[in-house]
Amino acid sequence: MSEGPLIRVEKLTKYYPVRRRLRRLFDREQHYVRAVDDISLEIERGEILGLAGESGSGKTTTGEIIVRLQEATSGVIVLDGHPLEADTRADRKRFRREVQMIFQDPYETLNPRFNVFETIAEPLRIHGVRHKSEIARRVTECLEIAELKPAASYLHRFPHELSGGQRQRVAIARGIVLEPKVLIADEPVSMLDVSIRADILNLLKRLRRRMGLTMIYVSHDLATIKYLCDRIAVMYLGKIVEIGPADEVIAHPQHPYTRVLVSSVPVADPDYVREEVSVDDAPPDQINLPEGCRFTPRCPFAQSDCSGCDHRLLERRPKQFSACIYAESELKPRSIP
Amino acid sequence: MKDEARMNARSRRSGNRQSLFNIFWSNLKRDRLALFGVILLLFFVFVGVFAESLAPHGPRDRHYDAEGTIRRLEQPSWQYPFGTTDVGRDIFSQVILGTRTALTVGFLAALLVTLVGSVIGIIAGYFGGWIDTVLMRIVDFFYAIPFIPFVIVLSAILQPSMWNIILAVSLLSWRTVARIVRSQVLSIAQRPYIKAARVAGAGHLRIMARYILPNVIPLVLLEMAFMVNWAIMAEASVAFLGFGDPRVTSWGQILHINFVSGYSRLAWWWTAPPGLAIVLLLLSIFFVARSLEAVVDPRLRKR
Repeated sequence: MSEGPLIRVEKLTKYYPVRRRLRRLFDREQHYVRAVDDISLEIERGEILGLAGESGSGKTTTGEIIVRLQEATSGVIVLDGHPLEADTRADRKRFRREVQMIFQDPYETLNPRFNVFETIAEPLRIHGVRHKSEIARRVTECLEIAELKPAASYLHRFPHELSGGQRQRVAIARGIVLEPKVLIADEPVSMLDVSIRADILNLLKRLRRRMGLTMIYVSHDLATIKYLCDRIAVMYLGKIVEIGPADEVIAHPQHPYTRVLVSSVPVADPDYVREEVSVDDAPPDQINLPEGCRFTPRCPFAQSDCSGCDHRLLERRPKQFSACIYAESELKPRSIP
Repeated sequence: MKDEARMNARSRRSGNRQSLFNIFWSNLKRDRLALFGVILLLFFVFVGVFAESLAPHGPRDRHYDAEGTIRRLEQPSWQYPFGTTDVGRDIFSQVILGTRTALTVGFLAALLVTLVGSVIGIIAGYFGGWIDTVLMRIVDFFYAIPFIPFVIVLSAILQPSMWNIILAVSLLSWRTVARIVRSQVLSIAQRPYIKAARVAGAGHLRIMARYILPNVIPLVLLEMAFMVNWAIMAEASVAFLGFGDPRVTSWGQILHINFVSGYSRLAWWWTAPPGLAIVLLLLSIFFVARSLEAVVDPRLRKR
């Protein structure tokens, strides 16, 4: 085991070519959706990093590239000191043991034709565990870690016989059965009843303690991120706009976009008065991006200098970086012309 | 305790995860036409399998009466239930032996078609991209070939035989299965559980065999039933036009000889049995397929 961060992402980009329409026939330029545009991250061992952002911000794409469901257009991912491009076939197989993923939709994440036992045994079989007793032991163990007890009563059930929360627990058991180092959770609770969300989040917390897991938690929900994560990276149109310790980022957001996000989180206190940062909610155009800062068209504080923004992350508070060219104190609401 | 009982009841009721056979079976109890289809089909299969022992005479034997004259165009009688042809052959035996031909062509061609069609459909739908494009353009090409002229040319180049008809039917109908399977695979391949399998390290072959194939098998079975029908009809048409295997008795061939002999209007007992046999066999398979369709598509299931 080498020192340094467990995962290092450098200058990662993912461009999707846009299909040309007929009216673009004479338009020579190939357009791209820049889903992930030059982002760099480091994740420490045992850390839980939250990736926040609205739909289309590139957070899921980033997660899927790290777990290698998609190929990056360019950039480097270094896992445990080992750059992934240099991989041979055997390395890829090993990689699969080390990085696992949990998906959003508990109803679609399990094969309807596999029962619980088969679902969890499948990764073991793929990775060459042949002994029946060994498979049975590890499947039971993982079900119990995922708090489906007694495990024996779940083994022969099919997904349609389980509730959403139970399915997500089965998916988690499947994710940990290979004893990975990294677990990427893509909105694992967003489709669950609010009453079960906390249980699943607590389970993820316990998993980190118990197995020393490093996690990337992808979500649009700042409340759950704050509850679970050590650090947050806020993404907007493929760029990281702010990154820092979770509590700090939510208490003292530096980037205007983060401020908008934070102000949109409901607080369960009717007397709570807070700063309201409004934003026009027109969906951003993902193809024709504005020059400079991409949030400019919607930003309540935008100035003419914003088109010169180079997206560099500046340390505004200790360990808290923002891509806004202004410090928080310099932000003034845009004068209405 | 109570909960468990309810859980079990629910799992028993929630049809689409039960074995296909069970649903099919419970469907039969309610759907009279399907039951009729199954019984009729079983009867045809029985006749087809034991055709040689059931047929009282050889298909080409000529029959003479006591005076030694050929029994030409005799009406149905106890001795010759479907009568005789213009050269004194027993039509009943011919029809029975034709059953075997129809079933052989139908099932073999359908098997071949669904095998090739689903393999190509799964590959095209799963990999997508240029592989999909190339395979689907080949499918388009085969859609553009008209069936009857193709069979005529094929039997001119090769020998006219039953196997060539099976080949021709298969060559021209895998395209339909491939397309239908592909569209189903396209939607399955995007499901998160396929992503989950990839994350777990499953290879392409494993994903196609263990995750995609089981989810398209009901559809493939249904398509196969329709293909059996199509192949039987195709064989009958080709044989009726006279491009069938002259050595193998088939319903189409009986009708062909009947037509060529010029007695098709006079000798109803010669025209009707093979014609009715074709209709009944196709109907029985259609009823079974219809019931299978209800199994595959829960929306068609009666409540």
